[in-house]
Amino acid sequence: MSRIPARFAALTSQGRKGLVTFITAGDPDMATFQKILMGLPTAGADIIEIGMPFSDPMADGPSIQLSSQRALKHNIALPNIFEGISAFRKVDTSTPIVLMGYYNPIYRYGAAKFSKDAAAAGADGVIIVDLPPEEADELLPHLNDNGLNFIFLTAPTSSDQRLPKIISKASGFIYHVAVMGVTGTKSADANLVHADVARLRRHTSLPIAVGFGIKTAAQVKAIAAHADAAVVGSAIVDVIAEGAKKYPGQADTIAAEVHRFVKDLAVGVR
Amino acid sequence: MALVQTPNTFRAGADENGHFGIFGGRYVAETLMPLILEVEKAYNAAKADPAFQAELTSFNTHYAGRPSPLYFAERLTAHFGGAKIYFKRDELNHTGSHKINNCLGQILLARRMGKPRIIAETGAGQHGVAIATVCARFGLQCVVYMGAKDIERQKPNVFRMKLLGAEVRAVEKGHGTLKDAMNEALRDWVANVENTYYAIGTAAGPHPYPTMVRDFQSVIGNEVRTQLHEAEGRLPDSVVACIGGGSNAIGLFHPFLDDASVRIIGVEAAGKGLATGEHSASITGGEPGVLHGNRTYLLQDANGQIKDAHSISAGLDYPGIGPEHAWLHDMKRVEYVSATDTEALAAFQLCSKLEGILPALEPAHALAYVTKIAPQLPKDHLMVMNMCGRGDKDVFTIADALGAQM
Repeated sequence: MSRIPARFAALTSQGRKGLVTFITAGDPDMATFQKILMGLPTAGADIIEIGMPFSDPMADGPSIQLSSQRALKHNIALPNIFEGISAFRKVDTSTPIVLMGYYNPIYRYGAAKFSKDAAAAGADGVIIVDLPPEEADELLPHLNDNGLNFIFLTAPTSSDQRLPKIISKASGFIYHVAVMGVTGTKSADANLVHADVARLRRHTSLPIAVGFGIKTAAQVKAIAAHADAAVVGSAIVDVIAEGAKKYPGQADTIAAEVHRFVKDLAVGVR
Repeated sequence: MALVQTPNTFRAGADENGHFGIFGGRYVAETLMPLILEVEKAYNAAKADPAFQAELTSFNTHYAGRPSPLYFAERLTAHFGGAKIYFKRDELNHTGSHKINNCLGQILLARRMGKPRIIAETGAGQHGVAIATVCARFGLQCVVYMGAKDIERQKPNVFRMKLLGAEVRAVEKGHGTLKDAMNEALRDWVANVENTYYAIGTAAGPHPYPTMVRDFQSVIGNEVRTQLHEAEGRLPDSVVACIGGGSNAIGLFHPFLDDASVRIIGVEAAGKGLATGEHSASITGGEPGVLHGNRTYLLQDANGQIKDAHSISAGLDYPGIGPEHAWLHDMKRVEYVSATDTEALAAFQLCSKLEGILPALEPAHALAYVTKIAPQLPKDHLMVMNMCGRGDKDVFTIADALGAQM
């Protein structure tokens, strides 16, 4: 069963908000990715999003596009990602893992097999960027059968009429996209987020995480003030890119740089 | 294997959720969903509005130059000694291809929606030129995304777009072709939803685009029906068109889908040959998948990563195909075949010399298939091929391929 509700309940009892960190599976290579993943909870990640690399990440800005390309150079595919999660689960049984990506690799793998294998590996939920509620029904029952949460995106453009349609299929938490744009470009505006989250709360009691355009501890703090968690992706991926350039092949050093950065971000929710 | 269930009509799609069988749909990020639902609503209203249709017809007539002629290719017919070959001369339209049909429709719609900024993707530059043209005509800001590789091989069209006042943004990502240009256009749209209309150039993308673009392009097939009736007093026996995304083809095919006697053939680009893996034949060499907002046949690897297409023709250089074609293939209503770079080049030269028409490299693929089948068909077989673009833009590519000095 999903670890996500338990984690949000724990955060509430600790009286603080959550930090969600995004890294792309296999970036810059599988060994370094694994090192980074293993250390994220200690560094301060409350929930971990793992990007499933795709050749055409249409909702992503340059940072995450490049991270996908670095991973795909090593032909990272779903079985590699499941292995990585299984290894993580041997040492961490409580930090939720959410798989994030685009639908085509899952469709090719098979929605049923994907759900079964992801759950068996120890994943807790999925976010599929290009699967709006209108197209979600071919995956949803398989996720439900395997106890995985289906985390939907909401956007500033999602109207009050539209939100119930999204929320009726959502579980785990709602991922609110803070900016109109792709990942890692514009900066999230805390005032707009405040208004959007207030609007979302009228429709759902699910926890709300906010992402896109959050890069610093100060932004994490400002956004998390209005939500249940803040998501940082591109900024972390940039640290990985820089580390891979500066310290090629040195998984420990790159991972240490990433963990230091996450530790700084985590100050925003502590 | 189960028999394909033949529907009562092949012309009813897409359904209300934008599906053609399992194909089509709206696979887009949530940020875009309200936008495409708005486009759909606006399009449905426009479609039902006689004033919109009258305005479109007027611009088609006086600005684009419609109807385009249906021309009996007498010397090619004699050369093959078989089927009687007609060209639908959509290369004679303003801007030199069928793309203007769609651009006029979509820009009139964007005006109704009050969007002052237009974005588009382009491969060969034909859609880019057509959209830049119509934007100039209506005083709209126009940004065209084009792969860096395509900019290199389609320089005349790039300069044309600039002369027309459009901003051409080079896309270096991926392999710098149409697929990458479409990714960038979608990213632009997500970031500028308030003031921007995305004019997709082919009958693909999220619903309602495949249906809407088909409707605007169906003027081609509707005219052929009337014109061939005037010339020959009957329906064609076959219609042939090239397919990248498939907008010229669906425009020609759609009005004939329910005429069982009409054989319908779509010609994909086989590039260097299907066996080499370097081609753009999504139906012949691809598998169903989800990209750019729709489910369709895609060139992809076993892990679902999209492969790069290859074709000498920039306009066919796309790893997918419009979802209605994917469905028509599965329904076995349309035959999808392919022609290689080399075959298209040979057809280009033949047509230039025998008919005095330089076809674009895209319809040269359709003609390449015509050269294969026409000689075997009886003399009373009426075949209509869509000459959907003119070849002036391709002369540099062709000179290069033939090893000729200009």
